[in-house]
Amino acid sequence: MNNPIIEVTNLKKYFPLGGGFFSQAEMVRAVDDISFTMDPGKTLGLVGESGCGKTTVGRTVIGLYKPTAGKILFEGADVSTASKADKASSRRQMQMIFQDPYASLNPRMTVGDIVGEPLDIHHLAKGKKERRERIQYLLDLVGLNPDHVNRYPHEFSGGQRQRVGIARALAVEPKFIVCDEPISAVDVSIQAQIVNTLEQLQDELHLTFLFIAHDLSMVKYISHRVAVMYLGKIVEINLSSELYAHPVHPYTKALLSAVPIADPTLERKRKRILLEGDVPSPINPPPGCCFHTRCNRAIGVCKEVIPEMQDLGNGHLVACHNYH
Amino acid sequence: MNTLLNVRDLEVEFRTYAGVVRAVRQVSFDLNAGEVLAIVGESGCGKSVTAQSIMRLIPSPPGKITGGSILFNGEEILAKTETQMQKIRGNDISVIFQDSMTSLNPVLNVRTQITEILRLHKKMNQSQADARAIELLSMVGIPEPQTRLKSYPHELSGGMRQRVLIAMSLACDPKLLIADEPTTALDVTIQAQIIEVLKNIRQELNTAIILITHDLGVVAGLADRVMVMYAGNLVEQGTVDEVLCDPLHPYTWGLLRSLPRLNMGPEDKLKPIWGQPPDLLLELDRCPFLPRCEHAMAICAQDRPPAFNGKASHTVNCWLQHPMAPPTSRPQEVG
Repeated sequence: MNNPIIEVTNLKKYFPLGGGFFSQAEMVRAVDDISFTMDPGKTLGLVGESGCGKTTVGRTVIGLYKPTAGKILFEGADVSTASKADKASSRRQMQMIFQDPYASLNPRMTVGDIVGEPLDIHHLAKGKKERRERIQYLLDLVGLNPDHVNRYPHEFSGGQRQRVGIARALAVEPKFIVCDEPISAVDVSIQAQIVNTLEQLQDELHLTFLFIAHDLSMVKYISHRVAVMYLGKIVEINLSSELYAHPVHPYTKALLSAVPIADPTLERKRKRILLEGDVPSPINPPPGCCFHTRCNRAIGVCKEVIPEMQDLGNGHLVACHNYH
Repeated sequence: MNTLLNVRDLEVEFRTYAGVVRAVRQVSFDLNAGEVLAIVGESGCGKSVTAQSIMRLIPSPPGKITGGSILFNGEEILAKTETQMQKIRGNDISVIFQDSMTSLNPVLNVRTQITEILRLHKKMNQSQADARAIELLSMVGIPEPQTRLKSYPHELSGGMRQRVLIAMSLACDPKLLIADEPTTALDVTIQAQIIEVLKNIRQELNTAIILITHDLGVVAGLADRVMVMYAGNLVEQGTVDEVLCDPLHPYTWGLLRSLPRLNMGPEDKLKPIWGQPPDLLLELDRCPFLPRCEHAMAICAQDRPPAFNGKASHTVNCWLQHPMAPPTSRPQEVG
């Protein structure tokens, strides 16, 4: 077994909310005490509803946010307390692909400059010729025409722009990439193109992905392991095939049963677990298990005690009092 | 079954600086009373424009309905004046849009917004309208409708706002409800709730629904019939079982093959449709799907495929259905 490339322990990220000069600021508990590990060359899927903190996890792991508490180890070294110089080098190892391919590319820069900027920052190419060759190699790698270096982002379609974003992330030869909803802004037929490209790149370059998405069927397809988040906490982690075949946590069950299937005969036979109501506010999360307000299996203890992560073997972790 | 809506050879154009965009090209379909018809396709395929034409909501200029006919209850919609249309909108035909935050007025409370419709179309007084509003809100599953009437849109969650919109659209017992991507902005668990609400409405009120979506899963759960659009053209239509389980058009195959299925094994791979949809500025005198089609033949480049129907309910605009075309079977993964 390889050593994990990323080890996150008891990570917390709170955002202060308003708060006057003399009053105590309220805190949005975006990420509240989560732990997970990631194996090199594999993909960990992170799913959950909007506002559950999955994007915050991605951004904190990569160092865009400073964690409120907890440790993030990248190849054994703590990145959250690293010095500025160490951070710069660790940034080279970690990159990010963003959700909105229209907002994440500078409209005034050519694609060549967008992909070349990380090369300049990290001094990875000597001379104009090498820089140009490197950019063309990267564009070719992600399935774009290398002759398009002088074009601007508006000349590309959504799917092609997302490929530019991928090429930019790959420019510094990272080991670990956070993919924050990379496919939710593109059409169905293009989604499959992007996901297949990501898988192919993972095989060729031995990349590790943290794949954040709310499309559960796509996450199952691309991930080796999947973590389910609810209200800032991870409620269940398992191998992706196992998680979808045998969900254990009541929230995972409800989430999976809500995914529509493009098969009318199956769809008619299915029984849905409909969750009542909405997700509680992360400013005042309910005491005890954060899911007890909507859970159909809640027992007395759920309202008082926060459930610990239970190891059910084979890397299957679940936080639920019903599995004590 | 009586036909509620009959659309024939609908053509919609938008005049832009770059040229004339022909957004909808010769689209024909029927809708029976109480039926759910789903229009699916990728962004820019003309599904929303088709639905907006039925309400005569195409912004003009730049848009214009340049041809065809839309018969609603036997009356020609395209011949109505704007005043006549205002009596139809929100009364006989109503619409739910994707973005519930921008569809509701942020400075008016729920009560004002719902009762306004009832007072305008049904000439109710305020207390009658209030009673009806509470009835509507409980029908779409809003808890404590009495107190919710006083809420403003920003005080409600996305799912709740979408329910309020559905309640508003049902206020006058419309015969036709157009739902334009009603669940796209919502999370899956909330989406499941909203689909359930739409199912109930259809059962209890027998309202016909045109459901516009790109999510084939939502279609499978809700629709009776499906039409697939591509680049402004109708490419396939049929019952939900015909289109999703036994599709005949290569584009529908491609769409279904690019979706991950929950029962996929670790070795199964997605097969994307390569390339991009065509530019709608161009005159398409051939099959619009030709450049991306694996089964293209010489005739596909020469002429637009007409509608072939094997079964009365299932029409496919593809030359592969011509009796002289070589037999092609649909890919294994599909259906």
